[in-house]
Amino acid sequence: MNKYLTCLLGWVDERFPLTANWKAHLSEYYAPKNFNFWYYFGSLAMLVLVIQIVTGIFLTMHYKPDADMAFASVEYIMRDVTGGWLIRYMHSTGSSMFFVVVYLHMFRGLLYGSHRNPRELIWLFGVAIFLCLMGEAFFGYLLPWGQMSYWGAQVIVNLFSSIPFIGPDVSVWLRGDYTISDATLNRFFAFHVIALPLVLLGLVAAHIIALHEVGSNNPDGIEIKKHKDPKTGIPLDGIPFHPYYTVKDIMGVAMFLIVFSAIVFFAPEMGGYFLEANNFVPANPMVTPPHIAPVWYFTPYYSILRAVPPMFSSQFPGVVAMGVSVMIFALLPWLDRSPVKSIRYRGAKYKIWLAAFVVSFLILGYLGTEPTTVWGTFDKGMPVVGGVDRGTVACRVFTLVYFLFFILMPFYTKSDKTKPVPERVTG
Amino acid sequence: MMKNLILLLSLLMPALALASEGAHLDRAPINMANTASLQRGVKVFVNYCLNCHSAASMRYNRLHDIGLSDAQIKANLLFAGEKVGETMTIAMNKKDGKAWLGAAPPDLSVIARARGADWLYTYLRSFYRDDTRPTGWNNVVFPNVGMPHALWQLQGEQRLKVAEQTGEHGAMTVEHTLILDKPGTLSPAEYDALVADLVNYLVFMGEPAKMQRMQLGIIVLLFLSLFFVVTLYLKKEFWKDVH
Repeated sequence: MNKYLTCLLGWVDERFPLTANWKAHLSEYYAPKNFNFWYYFGSLAMLVLVIQIVTGIFLTMHYKPDADMAFASVEYIMRDVTGGWLIRYMHSTGSSMFFVVVYLHMFRGLLYGSHRNPRELIWLFGVAIFLCLMGEAFFGYLLPWGQMSYWGAQVIVNLFSSIPFIGPDVSVWLRGDYTISDATLNRFFAFHVIALPLVLLGLVAAHIIALHEVGSNNPDGIEIKKHKDPKTGIPLDGIPFHPYYTVKDIMGVAMFLIVFSAIVFFAPEMGGYFLEANNFVPANPMVTPPHIAPVWYFTPYYSILRAVPPMFSSQFPGVVAMGVSVMIFALLPWLDRSPVKSIRYRGAKYKIWLAAFVVSFLILGYLGTEPTTVWGTFDKGMPVVGGVDRGTVACRVFTLVYFLFFILMPFYTKSDKTKPVPERVTG
Repeated sequence: MMKNLILLLSLLMPALALASEGAHLDRAPINMANTASLQRGVKVFVNYCLNCHSAASMRYNRLHDIGLSDAQIKANLLFAGEKVGETMTIAMNKKDGKAWLGAAPPDLSVIARARGADWLYTYLRSFYRDDTRPTGWNNVVFPNVGMPHALWQLQGEQRLKVAEQTGEHGAMTVEHTLILDKPGTLSPAEYDALVADLVNYLVFMGEPAKMQRMQLGIIVLLFLSLFFVVTLYLKKEFWKDVH
């Protein structure tokens, strides 16, 4: 039996580099042996991508991208399609968990300097994946055709109409109509199920090919390729990805699936953060909901949008600030001037700034889910902030911290007092 | 456009704020495992709600899940020659509904998920007589609602008593109390129980797969916990030789 299989493999290898690829990417791809908890989220992001694609395929078999039928077709999936509720909840939970995993994956980069030379391109592909994911989430959120779907899309597309001169035409072009309508639903469906997934898959492939070209970073932020076994040429601190990291990542998958299933089976709405109550009301262009907030993963950027006051009676500056707050991640490899990569050897300045950034991100995220009046209003008599909502002032302060983290990075990373970096990885 | 939207939003704000935060909500005694309550609830639903309101995503034979057989459904819940495999639709169309009541009565398939059980439980017990309204009814939870009190014969007629009080610090507080003027065929306790059954049913109808979901969830989590232990030891075994 084994003989025949070897024969077959030989036949394939003469025609397709199967064994060569297996070796290059798994059995002889040497990863640092000191990966910690933060290194699970890359493979988990791939897992969630697969979950989203597979559940998405089954959803498209039953979903109707039609303004008159979309809402009911989702309920049809929830009730009459065998296992439909499970498929739908896996997809809706998957979208939120995708962002959880990707945010943690990005934070890992900030911790250990994974964006630094020679991994700038990996980071750029990653930023592109993140943008693509935001697009996926935005287009997909319209499809259930609930009130939040409708008005969320309305608000976001209207942002484009604030672009000077061409804005109104651009927003009509995006919608295919003067309001969000059946035409919009159809095109968003097309973007969600085929256009962006294609781009996303291509970018993920590029992300991994670039990673395997230069090799993985690690919690010490040092290059394992500097110390190779002189005979074999294998990095001394490297271990083959397969079987070591395949078994370790399977353990990570099991851990993740426990959390994922707990949400899918016991709290699919996640207290209104994953599935909003208002989205169980069918879309109604005549009734604006009292409080429109994006889904939690967009709220930090939404807060930044709200923080910037209109200038020259235009909302455009806020829109620009929001766009920049996302795009600025792409500059990180060049903003970071520290001689070391990992937080383990960085000084206090970077640690304080990173902490301030994380706190800002979380508070902006929270404030984005609430009306600006959530913390009340400053007394009329107070200087500067008198009569302004406390939430708005907080948004402004933390938006400033958010941007200063990036803008001041070249200075505080360069002047930071770093510790000596070891030659070899430390456990 | 954005400016107009914001203007529109701010104009709507006071009215909608009232609608959502106007009243304190009572906690609905929901028990999805109580099939007797769910069966009583569907009876109330079909008799009182399913004339103006549809539940177009709900099939009659899904009531198997709450212990009703096809024969029981046919004998007790189908009044107009529907078949058990059909969904809970109504004859009234949306246009007529809007003309007659000011707003088309919403479909109730997922109303419990949109409004929440507590809101429904309080709402259905908070109708009061108001001669200024076209229907003669108003509601504390949903001010100026288009819907008349469909269950009034059971509950009776309530009146809104508004008492303005000056508090300790000179702040005016307005207290709203509902007083039962004319008792209905049910006592207040019986009426509350009936509404609880109805809301229990609405919660079930909002997500009929909920009980199944939680039962399956326990099995899935038990399996995954076991799977995790296996993967943990597998990892340890493989990593023995990494130093």
